[in-house]
Amino acid sequence: MHPFAYFEPTTLDETVALLARHGRTADLMAGGTDLLVEIKEQIRRPAAVINLKKIPGLADLTCDAATGLRIGALVTVRTIETSAEVQKLYPALAQAARDIGSIQIRTRATIAGNVCRASPSADTLPPLIAYGGRIEMVGPSGPRSIALESFFTGPGKTALADGEIVTALVLPPQPEQAGSDYIKHGRRKAMELATVGVAVALRRDGGVCRDVRIVLGAVAPTPIRARAAEVLLEGSTPDETTIAAAGCAARGESRPISNVRASADYRRAMVDVLTRRAVAAAWERTR
Amino acid sequence: MTAPITTVAMPVTITINGEARDLAVAPFRTLLDVLRNEAGLTGTKKGCDVGDCGACTVLLDGEPVNACLVLAVEVDGRAVTTIEGIAPEPDRLHPLQESFMALGASQCGFCTPGIIVMAKALLDRNPDPTEDEIRFGLAGNICRCTGYTKIVEAIRATARQMAAAGQPRE
Ligand code: FES
Ligand code: FES
Repeated sequence: MHPFAYFEPTTLDETVALLARHGRTADLMAGGTDLLVEIKEQIRRPAAVINLKKIPGLADLTCDAATGLRIGALVTVRTIETSAEVQKLYPALAQAARDIGSIQIRTRATIAGNVCRASPSADTLPPLIAYGGRIEMVGPSGPRSIALESFFTGPGKTALADGEIVTALVLPPQPEQAGSDYIKHGRRKAMELATVGVAVALRRDGGVCRDVRIVLGAVAPTPIRARAAEVLLEGSTPDETTIAAAGCAARGESRPISNVRASADYRRAMVDVLTRRAVAAAWERTR
Repeated sequence: MTAPITTVAMPVTITINGEARDLAVAPFRTLLDVLRNEAGLTGTKKGCDVGDCGACTVLLDGEPVNACLVLAVEVDGRAVTTIEGIAPEPDRLHPLQESFMALGASQCGFCTPGIIVMAKALLDRNPDPTEDEIRFGLAGNICRCTGYTKIVEAIRATARQMAAAGQPRE
């Protein structure tokens, strides 16, 4: 690795000041599982690395039915994967966490890092958006928070401004009779980037589903909502015909590219299949 | 304000296999390089150096990590266990090491330290894993030789033996 200066700030204020001082020549490090690879492969050559791990409170996780889920910026993917509360209340997120890399990687990697990296195929993004998540940041002009849905602006690009640091991801409490699912499709079961990822969150209202959110990963420059598919399901009974129509609509809304992992046509076909399966599984979980 | 720690070597104390070691390391050196070079422990292997192969797996405060993706300076004050440190006493091997030898689960041996350390982490958490759980747990450890079948068998055999012996999993 090329030499860099190294900082271990112990407060957010100090971190913001460090970022202001070093500007774009500094990189923030949470888990480091992407950053260190990019430095080794000379994709990045930061003059300074600012390790966030010594800032108290950033590794806090709270998850409960009444207040929702709060994921501090240093909470690891493995912590989310293995939390019994997250598995119960936000199963699509726990599943997406389990689908990332290896146990060794997940032990270090953070959810916030996965978000900031903004890879179109990142597994945690579709469920975080489907659950209506928000992202909290702090910068020179103070704290702010925005919906995760509008955080991603392109591959590797986000609404995070220069000098800002992500502090937490916040998911609202789950409604009564909520159901959700995340399905990842790849060429193999593990250590793989998603070819297509589909997250669904909805709730049951008698015999129909409400508040349907369907988020597609790896089929556009950012994760996208399949809004036409959502509209088809909203207020309907998700029987076979409706689910098939939703799958078809989601397929039409995806804008995949062809690359080494899959062709655009194949990805579209898988959006259809996975949307149908994820909707059916989410509905099943509302019982 | 934290003193800007520069690119020069900084003193760290890392407990490696139970022994506190005072080392001076530059911030851009990985735990893997420091274990192999400064600490002289070459059992931990460098395969890919980017988190893909698992040959560098060590336990950091008991949890498995890729030592190639950890900065040595981050480990100041923490405990690292490598393949050299998993045997219960100097002249005895860990049951996993015995099973790997007895069942031919190691061929060239390059992946073996990482796999045994990962397998220990798995058994520490789940003393009686199914084949699926073992394969899921070893997803980040690549072996070019064995085809994995004997590795899975050796881990299952170890789990059975340890259960039969009622041994604490050291
Ligand atoms: S050397 Fe660290 S994972 Fe390959
Ligand atoms: S025994 Fe040769 S790589 Fe596994």
